[in-house]
Amino acid sequence: MPKRTDIEKILIIGAGPIVIGQACEFDYSGSQACKALREEGYTVVLLNSNPATIMTDPEMAHRTYVEPVTPESVERILERERPQALLPTLGGQTALNTAVEAAKLGILDKYGVELIGAKLPAIHKAEDRAQFKEAMQRIGLDLPRSGYAHSLAEAVRIVEDVGYPAILRPSFTMGGSGGGIAYNREELDRMVPWGLEQSPVGEILIEESVIGWKEYELEVMRDVADNVVIICSIENLDPMGVHTGDSITVAPAQTLTDKEYQVMRDAAMAVIREIGVDTGGSNIQFAVDPKTGRMVVIEMNPRVSRSSALASKATGFPIAKIAAKLAVGYTLDEIPNDITRETPASFEPTIDYVVTKVPRFAFEKFPKADPTLGIQMKSVGEAMSMGRTLKESLQKAVASMEQGRYGFSSPWKDVEGVSAEELRERVLPRVRVPSPERLYYLVEALRLGVTAEELHAITGIDPWFLENLRQLAAFEAELTALAGAPLPPATLRRAKEWGFSDIRLGQLLGLTEAAVRRAREEHGVLPVYKRVDTCGAEFEAKTPYLYSCYDAECEAEPTDRRKIMILGGGPNRIGQGIEFDYCCVHGVMALREAGFETIMVNCNPETVSTDYDTADRLYFEPLTLEHVLEIVRIERPEGVIVQFGGQTPLKLARALEAAGVPIIGTSPDSIDVAEDRERFQQLLRRLGLKQPVNGIARSTEEAVAAAAAIGYPVVVRPSYVLGGRAMEIVYEEKALRTYMREAVDASPEHPVLVDQFLRDAIEVDVDAVSDGRRVVIGGVMEHIEEAGVHSGDSACSLPPYSLGPDLIEEIKRQTVAMALGLQVVGLMNVQFAVQNGTIYVLEVNPRASRTVPFVSKATGVPLAKLAARVMAGETLEALGFTREVVPRHVSVKEAVFPFVKFRGVDTLLTPEMKSTGEVMGIDDDFGKAFAKAQVAAGNRLPRSGTVFVSVRDEDKSAAAQVARRLVEEGFRVIATRGTAAFLAAESIPVTIVNKVQEGRPNVVDVIKNGQVQLLFNTTHGAKAIADSYHIRRTALEYRVPYFTTVAGARAAVSAIRRLRRSDLGVKSLQEYYG
Amino acid sequence: MKKALLALADGTIYPGWSFGAEGETAGEVVFNTSMTGYQEVLSDPSYKGQMVAMTYPEIGNCGMNEEDMESSRLHVEGFIVKEAWATPSNWRATQSLHAFLADQGVVGIQGIDTRALTRKLRTQGAMMGVISTGELNGAALVDKARSAPPIEGRDLVREVTCAAPYRWEVADWTRGEGYRRPRHPGRFRVVAYDFGIKFNILRQLTAAGCDVTVVPATTSAADALALEPDGVFLSNGPGDPQGVPYAAEAARQLLGRVPIFGICLGNQILGLALGATTTKLKFGHHGGNQPVQDLATGQVEITSQNHNFVVDLPSLKRSAHGDAVEVTHVNLNDRTVEGMRHREYPLFSVQYHPEASPGPHDSAYLFGRFVELMERSA
Ligand SMILES: Nc1ncnc2c1ncn2[C@@H]1O[C@H](COP(=O)(O)OP(=O)(O)O)[C@@H](O)[C@H]1O
Ligand SMILES: Nc1ncnc2c1ncn2[C@@H]1O[C@H](COP(=O)(O)OP(=O)(O)O)[C@@H](O)[C@H]1O
Ligand SMILES: [Mg+2]
Ligand SMILES: [Mg+2]
Repeated sequence: MPKRTDIEKILIIGAGPIVIGQACEFDYSGSQACKALREEGYTVVLLNSNPATIMTDPEMAHRTYVEPVTPESVERILERERPQALLPTLGGQTALNTAVEAAKLGILDKYGVELIGAKLPAIHKAEDRAQFKEAMQRIGLDLPRSGYAHSLAEAVRIVEDVGYPAILRPSFTMGGSGGGIAYNREELDRMVPWGLEQSPVGEILIEESVIGWKEYELEVMRDVADNVVIICSIENLDPMGVHTGDSITVAPAQTLTDKEYQVMRDAAMAVIREIGVDTGGSNIQFAVDPKTGRMVVIEMNPRVSRSSALASKATGFPIAKIAAKLAVGYTLDEIPNDITRETPASFEPTIDYVVTKVPRFAFEKFPKADPTLGIQMKSVGEAMSMGRTLKESLQKAVASMEQGRYGFSSPWKDVEGVSAEELRERVLPRVRVPSPERLYYLVEALRLGVTAEELHAITGIDPWFLENLRQLAAFEAELTALAGAPLPPATLRRAKEWGFSDIRLGQLLGLTEAAVRRAREEHGVLPVYKRVDTCGAEFEAKTPYLYSCYDAECEAEPTDRRKIMILGGGPNRIGQGIEFDYCCVHGVMALREAGFETIMVNCNPETVSTDYDTADRLYFEPLTLEHVLEIVRIERPEGVIVQFGGQTPLKLARALEAAGVPIIGTSPDSIDVAEDRERFQQLLRRLGLKQPVNGIARSTEEAVAAAAAIGYPVVVRPSYVLGGRAMEIVYEEKALRTYMREAVDASPEHPVLVDQFLRDAIEVDVDAVSDGRRVVIGGVMEHIEEAGVHSGDSACSLPPYSLGPDLIEEIKRQTVAMALGLQVVGLMNVQFAVQNGTIYVLEVNPRASRTVPFVSKATGVPLAKLAARVMAGETLEALGFTREVVPRHVSVKEAVFPFVKFRGVDTLLTPEMKSTGEVMGIDDDFGKAFAKAQVAAGNRLPRSGTVFVSVRDEDKSAAAQVARRLVEEGFRVIATRGTAAFLAAESIPVTIVNKVQEGRPNVVDVIKNGQVQLLFNTTHGAKAIADSYHIRRTALEYRVPYFTTVAGARAAVSAIRRLRRSDLGVKSLQEYYG
Repeated sequence: MKKALLALADGTIYPGWSFGAEGETAGEVVFNTSMTGYQEVLSDPSYKGQMVAMTYPEIGNCGMNEEDMESSRLHVEGFIVKEAWATPSNWRATQSLHAFLADQGVVGIQGIDTRALTRKLRTQGAMMGVISTGELNGAALVDKARSAPPIEGRDLVREVTCAAPYRWEVADWTRGEGYRRPRHPGRFRVVAYDFGIKFNILRQLTAAGCDVTVVPATTSAADALALEPDGVFLSNGPGDPQGVPYAAEAARQLLGRVPIFGICLGNQILGLALGATTTKLKFGHHGGNQPVQDLATGQVEITSQNHNFVVDLPSLKRSAHGDAVEVTHVNLNDRTVEGMRHREYPLFSVQYHPEASPGPHDSAYLFGRFVELMERSA
């Protein structure tokens, strides 16, 4: 069937901000969809609140609405754009849920819009666990026994049937929010109410546990002609009980015979047909009993999912792109396979390598969170790797994690002198309980002589995986025995074939990485590059999508074109996410336009940068010195760009340069000046710029001395960190000593930086681009929250909303001075703090920053593209960018946090970054823009109701102003005693409410009873923080908008005032730029 | 681990490691792209005369079991993989790949860059090769590969067909129960020519309600008809259809006298019987992901395939039956003919493997079609 002609305009809904369970894979899928539909001549309208996405680039769609992803926005857009169709299956759960809500509200009918991809009944059948269960029973598929609870009482009844442990799974949540495993009645009583809370429809499925069974996923595609193909099978190394998103997974399935695999394949086809997803991709999960082979269906996602992104990268089959084409009526046999060109998409990819995905976690940022892995997803990113064997693939994946681990080094911390028996005792619980570290403890356990059989019995992990680990552990022992003696070339080759990194080999053999590399070069033990071609080499691959291995034949076939290599950002983590991939992709686009061959290196399967058609050549490789140098050896690029991928490639800059790699853009030495405290200080002194008074401490005593000299409070942190790792504000010596003891182990190599803490200072972010001679400001962003809240966590406004023009001019002048001083070529980001009119420089990042995409969306200036061209030798003059663009409209960025996923974690904002994503609100004044940003971030600001206020003394007068304005707007004010007294004195009508420890009913009860619509709470000091913790936590879990800073509250009030006067409209980027 | 060598007729030598049986073996080297089902591949008699290289690198993970055999013993001449697993991990496994190959006397070689080998076969075509675990002189092995008898024109069927007729009794497989034994005999009596028949074809026929008698490849049309069959089935099998003229002759005599269904070699033999010629593909189709379109419905089925020879379409068109024969299925990758039927005679055949095993079940409906054909002709 040819494409539909009754449709000409299509609305695509994006996934909104990056949150746990929904990362940049939906930018990858959304971008592919936009491209695909444009190609087909459709007019594409896009809704997505996430400015850091490629899909929201103005060229991707005809109309790009960076507005909150809500039914309201959908309605306003439909009203203006009148598309015939809405494609909801490429924007994750958010898009799907938004489309469903819009349909429920009759909005789609009202504007005669058709859902394409998946129809409403299909979505309900798949998402509503009860309907799903019925459907599966209809087609004779087995499921875990289960029942459906809307209350604790119901839950208890169901558990009498399914027994403990019981799996709790709320309906309509993503990443399993609110899910959990109850092992006993007490846990059930605690978890059920929370789960009901998490479910937008107040529903939980309670299931028989199949913990320990083998877990599989199949990626299925179906077209209008009912052709169905399986794109990829994925097997979890971590058995059932650990969310697939948190599991180490491999593709293809490794431990199924054909008979068993085909049974699963038949089931998957039956499922997609019964659910009735008429076109596109779906993800279906199965569990298999390792003892009997009994297979049960776990769930189906009637949309492109995180695993679809993984499957696309793993096979080279562009699921999202094809899904989009199927949605407009094409059949699989009508769509060509881009990689082979001559064969059609109606086939099942076969792969001739092993793919491994390892999740990346962020527990170091949430010390109070429980790192045990369960059925609710907790990881924030992932790396994927390919190798000819599992051993090679797995070890490459480990090296890709960038967690200072390049192989299966011992996971213990300080175990000097602990006996082997003792370690053996200690290791067992660490393999029994799933955690981010389990993989490494498994290998350690094998080293300690625990048998693979024992491990299988304890963990349920398939013996085949354990045997692989056992062989690696055994070979490590062999290697260690060889330490000192010259390494036989055959052993060296075997080690590389098994995926051992040079660093790991060095550790085992007592050699430096460089020495191992030299040994490899001497013996000609070098990697070759194989192509990912969807067909196991049966047809010729036209696209250079490559991975390294130590097999015989190389297929890299480098060209002799002028080429530039761009190093990506690796796995997403808090502090380094999609923003950096956005910059990499823009770098690629710009350099392609400029006629260079572009070479992308990255290992993050969620990204647009790892799409085979983003760069001319893609190397899916770990971002380590070893792997990058080997690619350079093959490709010989004339330039390598390290400033787009965040801290990851920046960390490699010096070593790469030392190895003779041509780094283009700002020189590694300048980068070092910016990152080295002493050198940076000299620069500022030379330029006559101010910095907070500061010192460096190499021991606790030095720190205490420095702090005394500077005066408390001080900001302390280890040097060379991103995202404010382990950064704290300490108010007195005792706290400082604790910090030095617990948070960091200061040493001459790892000094600790001690800065004067600038109280009540306004923080300002500036992005600029420089060609070495001319510096142009990209944008000046005034933060809403005061300095002390990490720049990545605070909301900000472009242009500034309160700073005076002279101050802004001076900030720009200083920025330019530093850019020239550092001889920046490319991008630079500066963070300033303005305290009573004095400007302090907090830090300079001589690279693309988190805010570059936001600035580009706000101003319409493609900063990263310009930077790439500049790095390739052009001048800003020649590129026609010589003056800053200051838009008339206001853009507000707001951060989005994962707190709700981590029980027991406080929501206070600190200098340590905790947000996973961001949203953008655009409008013609600050109030509206801020309001939009809040809505987009999920904080539905009330237009009326009750505000709860409880603030520390310093903030009381500010709080009074805020309260007064809210009263003027008709709000009721309730407050804790101290605050209430102060407000009353200011003659603001206020009602007292108990603190948690003052007896009941207290503020928590009031919030739970829905009697608070807005919450405003500031605090400091360990005790006060602890006392008020439950207030913030309850607000979070009951979705009450809360603000923990004065500035945030002020902004919220101005937003509420705007909201009360007029509804929020929508307007596309194209119109703003127009 | 013991050293082994794979030498190809074009002079390429691949060093690797021995597994399974030791010794020396020669055969035509082909690659198979199935990611699952190495046991079914190994036990498929169609591989007589050939050595199989698996493009998927990890082989043997699930070990071997009693149920997944496609014939009573292995016929493949050699087995070439990247990494072979001696430690089976599967609830049905009864033996390791290594032990099984050793018992069956099949020489295996691992540590081979099977992707490089596949690329060579793709560009230069299937070629003869030798695997040796004893003689490790590459040049000598290359000579042996060159002098090994090629597949073309050889009668490999004789070496794999059954000695005497026998009745088949088991039907399809289900987890837990294993293979079903139909309670009452099938409604249609089918005579199945065994050119190297895969068990799963017989299971599928039985499951579809046929009462199957398997006969040797050399059975004459008269002897076949003497069994008063409702239908005749022409099976898959190894090598060159032109190497088994007696089979084509029998088929020719059966044309129009009884419903006929042919698979793979059976399809080629039917083509010869209809007066067409057969040709050899460069490297054939061997895998479980080949897209085939049913021209009647437009539906795409993902098929399991294993063949180097095909019916030559122009010659079929030119043949006496040219106008009567219609192409029913085509391969969407290379547009080769995958199925045909006769407008007057009750017969049809496919080049691929609807019985799968290994591979997708998309085409199982064809066994139903055969039954309908017999119904209509009854
Ligand atoms: N009945 C069960 N027993 C044990 N583990 C389960 C069960 N159901 C789900 N899980 C685990 O929980 C994870 C999440 O469940 P899933 O249905 O996939 O929800 P989500 O929508 O979050 O992906 C699965 O990946 C699996 O590991
Ligand atoms: N001297 C200071 N006074 C007040 N706040 C500070 C000071 N130094 C840093 N901060 C706060 O800590 C945050 C993180 O510090 P920064 O130097 O930017 O580290 P990172 O490299 O993680 O961005 C800043 O965004 C700012 O809000
Ligand atoms: Mg899931
Ligand atoms: Mg910063």
